[in-house]
Amino acid sequence: MSLFESLRIAVAGLVTNRLRAVLTTLGIIIGVGAVIGLVSLGRGVELFVAQEFQSLGSNLLFVFSSRPASDTRTTIQPLSTIEADALANPTIAPSIRQVAPQYQVGGQIVAGANSFRLAISGSTPNYTSVRSWFPSLGTFITQEHVTDAARVAVLGTTIVEILYGDSTFDPVGQSVRINDRVFTVIGVMEERAAGFLGDENEAVFIPISTAQTRLDRARTRDGGFEVSVLNIQAVDESRMVAATLEIETYLNDAHGINFQGEQDFTIISQADILDSLGAITGILTAFLGMIAGISLLVGGIGIMNIMLVSVTERTREIGLRKAVGARGVDILMQFLIESVVLSVIGGGLGVLLGVMITLFAGVLVPDLALGVTTDSIILATAVSSFIGIFFGAYPASRAARLRPIDALRFE
Amino acid sequence: MFGILTRRSKNGHVATEPLERKVVIDIRGITKMYKMGDVEVHALRGVDLKIYQGEFVSIMGPSGSGKSTLMNILGALDQPTTGEFFLDDTDVSKLSEADLARVRNKKIGFVFQSFNLLKRTTALRQVELPLIYGGAPGRAKKAKAALEAVGLERRVDHLPSELSGGQQQRVAIARALVNEPSMILADEPTGNLDSRSGTEVMQIFQSLNRDQGITIVFVTHDPWIARHTNRVIMLRDGKVIADREVAEPLIAGEAERPSEADEMETMFKDAYYGGGQDEYN
Repeated sequence: MSLFESLRIAVAGLVTNRLRAVLTTLGIIIGVGAVIGLVSLGRGVELFVAQEFQSLGSNLLFVFSSRPASDTRTTIQPLSTIEADALANPTIAPSIRQVAPQYQVGGQIVAGANSFRLAISGSTPNYTSVRSWFPSLGTFITQEHVTDAARVAVLGTTIVEILYGDSTFDPVGQSVRINDRVFTVIGVMEERAAGFLGDENEAVFIPISTAQTRLDRARTRDGGFEVSVLNIQAVDESRMVAATLEIETYLNDAHGINFQGEQDFTIISQADILDSLGAITGILTAFLGMIAGISLLVGGIGIMNIMLVSVTERTREIGLRKAVGARGVDILMQFLIESVVLSVIGGGLGVLLGVMITLFAGVLVPDLALGVTTDSIILATAVSSFIGIFFGAYPASRAARLRPIDALRFE
Repeated sequence: MFGILTRRSKNGHVATEPLERKVVIDIRGITKMYKMGDVEVHALRGVDLKIYQGEFVSIMGPSGSGKSTLMNILGALDQPTTGEFFLDDTDVSKLSEADLARVRNKKIGFVFQSFNLLKRTTALRQVELPLIYGGAPGRAKKAKAALEAVGLERRVDHLPSELSGGQQQRVAIARALVNEPSMILADEPTGNLDSRSGTEVMQIFQSLNRDQGITIVFVTHDPWIARHTNRVIMLRDGKVIADREVAEPLIAGEAERPSEADEMETMFKDAYYGGGQDEYN
C-alpha cells in the first residue's frame, strides 16, 4: 500500500474522530506555542540587556581603586589625574582613544526649598563622547570650565525634577548651591532609560577641577589630583584586551606593584558586564525554554495517551482491517501517520500561537524588541513531528500487534 | 474410472471427488490447542474437511464445539497447532503474518454477525477497503459493481448510521465480494437481524451461490439457517460428528420460519391457555 493511501486512511480516521483529534492537538499547540513565545521573550530580554549596555558608550573600560587581594599590600594608592593624562597619551597606551577621569564627592545640592544628597561627579568635557551621553539643554562642561575650576553644574533630569518639581523645567542659568557654594546650571543631560547602573539621571556634573579643589582637597603624592573612576574608551573593539594590558602595565609600574594580587585597582570592561549579564539572561531564556519544553513533553504524552485510548477504542476496526487484508505494517503506518499528522498540525497551529504570544507581549512591553526567529519555528516543527513519531510509536505498534481474532472478538 | 479422481490423503482414508469440481478448502488433520493459564484447551482434535468450488456449507455445533476456532482457521485469522490447510492449493498453515493478510485479502471475504462496518464511512469507502489493502486499480468501479450485486446501488454514499441493519449487512457482503474471493466466510450473518432482514440477506447469499457459483461457508448454531444451505457439517468437542448434504435446501423467503412456540409445542405436558393456574380451579 502506498504512503499516499496510508495518509488518506489516517486523515480519514482523524476526520472520523474530530473532537478527539482536536483535543489531542491542543496539547501540542500549547506546547509549541509556549516554546516559541517564551523563547522569543527570553531572546528579547537578552537583546534588551545587550542594547542597554551598548548605550553606555562603546568599547568602554572602567578603572577604579580597589582593595588588593593579597595581604602583602594593605595601602591603596588612589588613581590620579597624572595617570589619566598618561593613559591618554598614545605613546604610552596606543590602544586607548580617550580617557575621561571622574572625581566623585559626596554633596548636597539645594535649589530654593528643595535639596538632595548625592555623589557629585567631577567630570571632564570628553565624558560626553566616551559615554555617548549628551546634554539635551544648554551645554556640558568645557575645557575652560575645567581650567578655571568654574562653579557650573550640569544636572540629570531626576535632579531637575527633585529641585524644580518638573523634569521638563529648563533650569539653565539658575543658581543652585552645592555644599554651600553657589553654582550656575549650564545644562541638563538627556534622559536615559533606567539601566543596569541604576537611575543615571540622578546625577550632577561639575568640572573635575572644581570637585577636586573647591569641594575637596584631593591632592595626590605624584603631584596630581585624585580620581575616582577612569572612563576609558579603546580605539576599537578588537583592541579592548590590548587596552586592558596597557592600563595594567602602566598602573602596575606607577603604583609599584610586583604581583597580580597586590593590584590596588580594578579594570572592568563593558564586555565583562555584558558577558556576565548575557549569561544570566541566557539562563533565563534556557529556563523559559525548559518550562515550555515541559509543556511540549506533556503535550506529547497527551498524544500517546489519546492514541492508546484510540487503539483500544478502535480494536474492532483494527480487527476488521486485518480481516480484509491489512498487514501489521499497514496498521502501524496508519496510527503512526495519524499521530504525526496530529502533532504536525498541532505544531503549525502552535507556531501561530507562539507568534501571537510574541506580538501580544510586544504590545504589552514596547521596550522589548520581540521577534520570532526562524530557527525556533524550525525547531518547534521538528520537535513536534519527532514527538508525533516518538509518542505515536508505542500505541501504533500495539495496534499493529493485535491479533485479528482477538480484535474482532473485542467488545 | 473417468470423472472421478481417487486420492489417498495423509491420514489414510480414501476420498473420492468429482474431477470437474475444484477443491477450495482442503483441511487435513487439523488440531488446535490453547493454553489458558496451566490448562490446555483442545479446541479442535483432528478435523478433516474438503469444500468444493460452488458449495454452500454451514458449520454447526453448540458453544465450545470448536466451530469458532475452525472458522478462524478457515479465515486465515489463526493458525492450527498441527495439520495442513490448503486454500486454493496454497498451504496456509505455514504462512507468515504478512502472507496471511494477503490470503485474507485476496481469497476470503468475511461477513460478521455485527457487520463490522467502519463508522462514519460511506458504503462505497467501506467496500473499497479490501481493494485499498490489495492495491487494485479501478477501485470505485469495482466497489460500485459489488454494491449493485447486493442491490445497494442507490445507497453508495450513505453512512452506516443511515442504513438499516439488513442494508448494513448487505454493505458487508459487498465488501466481502469485491475482491472476488475464493470463498465467503460468514459468522452468524443473520444473528443480529430481524427475520425479514435476515431473509433478505439469506436471499442474497443464495443468489450469489446459485447464480455466480460463489463458495459460501456459514458458521451458525441456528438449524433454520443451516436448512437454507446445501451441506451441513456438525462439530462437537473439536471433532466432526456429521457431514451431510441437505436433501431439500429451503429457499429463503418461500418458507415461513416456525415460531419458537410451535417448535417447542411437543415438549409441554398440557396445552397452555394463558392466565393463572387457579383460574380453572
